[in-house]
Amino acid sequence: MLEIKNLVVQIEDKRILNGLNLTVNKGEVAAIMGPNGSGKSTLSYVIAGKEDYEVLDGEILLDGQNLLEMEPDQRAAAGVFLAFQYPLEIPGVASMTFLKATLNAQRKARGQEELTTPDFIKRVNAAATQLEIPKDMLKRALNVGFSGGEKKRMEILQMALLQPGFCILDETDSGLDIDALRIVSEGVNALRSPDRAFLVITHYQRLLNHIVPDTVHVMHAGRIVKTGGKELALELEANGYADYRESEAA
Amino acid sequence: MADVTLMKTPAETALVQAFESARTTLPGNGESRAQAFEQFNSRGLPHRRVEEFKYTDLRALMREVAPFAGVPSFDEAKAALANAKALAGVEALQVPFVNGHFVRDAVDFHALPENIEIVPLAEALANGHEWLSRLSPVQWANDNPVYQLNTSFMADGVMIRVAGPVETPIHLRFVTAASSAVATATRVLVVVEAGASVTLLETHESTDGANHQPNDVVEMIAADRTNVQHVRVNAEGDKALALSTLVARIGGEAVFNSINVTAGSATSRHQVFALLDGENTNLRVNGATMLKGSQHGDSTLIVEHGAPHCESRELFKTVIDNEATGVFQGKIIVPHHAQKTDGRMMSAALLLEEGGSMNNKPELEIFADDVQCAHGATCGQLDEDLLFYLMARGLPKKEAESLLVQAFLGEALEFVENETVRESLVGTVEGWLKARS
Repeated sequence: MLEIKNLVVQIEDKRILNGLNLTVNKGEVAAIMGPNGSGKSTLSYVIAGKEDYEVLDGEILLDGQNLLEMEPDQRAAAGVFLAFQYPLEIPGVASMTFLKATLNAQRKARGQEELTTPDFIKRVNAAATQLEIPKDMLKRALNVGFSGGEKKRMEILQMALLQPGFCILDETDSGLDIDALRIVSEGVNALRSPDRAFLVITHYQRLLNHIVPDTVHVMHAGRIVKTGGKELALELEANGYADYRESEAA
Repeated sequence: MADVTLMKTPAETALVQAFESARTTLPGNGESRAQAFEQFNSRGLPHRRVEEFKYTDLRALMREVAPFAGVPSFDEAKAALANAKALAGVEALQVPFVNGHFVRDAVDFHALPENIEIVPLAEALANGHEWLSRLSPVQWANDNPVYQLNTSFMADGVMIRVAGPVETPIHLRFVTAASSAVATATRVLVVVEAGASVTLLETHESTDGANHQPNDVVEMIAADRTNVQHVRVNAEGDKALALSTLVARIGGEAVFNSINVTAGSATSRHQVFALLDGENTNLRVNGATMLKGSQHGDSTLIVEHGAPHCESRELFKTVIDNEATGVFQGKIIVPHHAQKTDGRMMSAALLLEEGGSMNNKPELEIFADDVQCAHGATCGQLDEDLLFYLMARGLPKKEAESLLVQAFLGEALEFVENETVRESLVGTVEGWLKARS
């Protein structure tokens, strides 16, 4: 589904990704773990299409389409969804207005009919109930005054509505208490399907107890340095990233 | 020092001539007109070395003076009003003015809503109506050359008395329909009696392609415990030089909200002179301005806290596209006796392209020692991170920009209580954005 080959990326002359290779198959949940500054968030932004990054080499293919040639909105229409580490507050944009605009924009881009308002509201309510999002939260401006946990739930709500093919969760566990972590994880697990792949970026093994990955990749200095099954996450939790730092130094 | 002879510009000379010929035909005894014109004429059109007009140089902007418009026939007036669209969908008591003249045949004086009285101004001036003494309720306006010109030339308007709560909004519709450039000077006085409440809508529209010069004044005297919701829309034609003034004297324990939404005119200047004249009053003055091309839009206000324990909030949002120019000049005055004043003024501008410019001049003049006052001014671009967030959710760039501009202006609009009106204003913003993309 997603294929990244020899990706080299820099920002303001600083090399962040150094020939990264990664494949995520349809239906797979892949976790990326790595120390601070290893390039995890950069990878997620580059897949989603943030402008600040300069791609020097390599390619990112989603179902064979070259994402690097597409604008962020086209990538979204192609199925990419990035759940932000820090979802942005947009004062003055009502959450419902935002949800409807994004949903219809993607439907339009895919040549589908726009949703009617009752149909739209039905879908939002169903997703909101599952994520334990109170209705009055949806009446407020997008993410404004939301707690950390509420913001993350709002991200998963968008994911549930947009039904993307390839979901990136960028440190979705940061800032979540135990209950919120459970709710968010359940929301993600409900979306797991043979047609959908996930890239779960995290520092900690904790999230992976809830969202159990098929594969775990260790990222260090802009590269995937080790790949294994879910037991690799436990190993990292026990030993830390020191081994990889040393191997880099050597 | 040698005597200095002031050189008059052609426009200033034309104004003198216009006043000389008009003073005998305009209604009323002419004393206050003559006085106002003399004050105006002693200084002439304000220019960039006059502090209050530094960013809106009327001497340079008003090269010619358009002839004052005559009274339209009722058929002409009806046709003009049929074409006027601003806030047209809002159910309201319509008080229309076409080419600066009150269309009295469009108002059924026998079926006015309860608590409303309307007196045509031309008639009132001609027969010396007792309410005339209540005109010009705030001194700051009298010293202002734009206001002085309106006083000099005011040909018509209305005086409205609101004696109690009024549910139906009053809609003042100013429409200029002439195909060639005309000038208008309309004056409206609204007296809101103690305990009364009213929503006052004001829309200004004119034909595109003509250098119209409207100079309209709406003044309000809101007594104690009143609630006034005022919404003004500038949808003037694309060549208009639109000058306007809101004058408000507000009593104690009152609530007064005013917003001006500007999308029209080649050049516009909206002035607000508000005096808080009683304790525990709450004032909000907002602005939402959308400028593109080479448009110039000026919002200037003076809020005087003339009594203690009042709160005022001013929020002005300006969106500037292309090479347009925005101006904000706001001053909060707190005299020594106005203790416990709480005033906050903010002007924020969003520049969508490189060529635009914004001039922000917030001022505080505080003589009391126990007050809370703050002001702020910002100029910036659309936030790249927010744009990326929206695009990453599938919105094309233009749509993402539009949503953010709407959100930016929306902050100034959200205080409009009447839902139909607020939605109509949002529609104005959407229309402006659509025309952009």
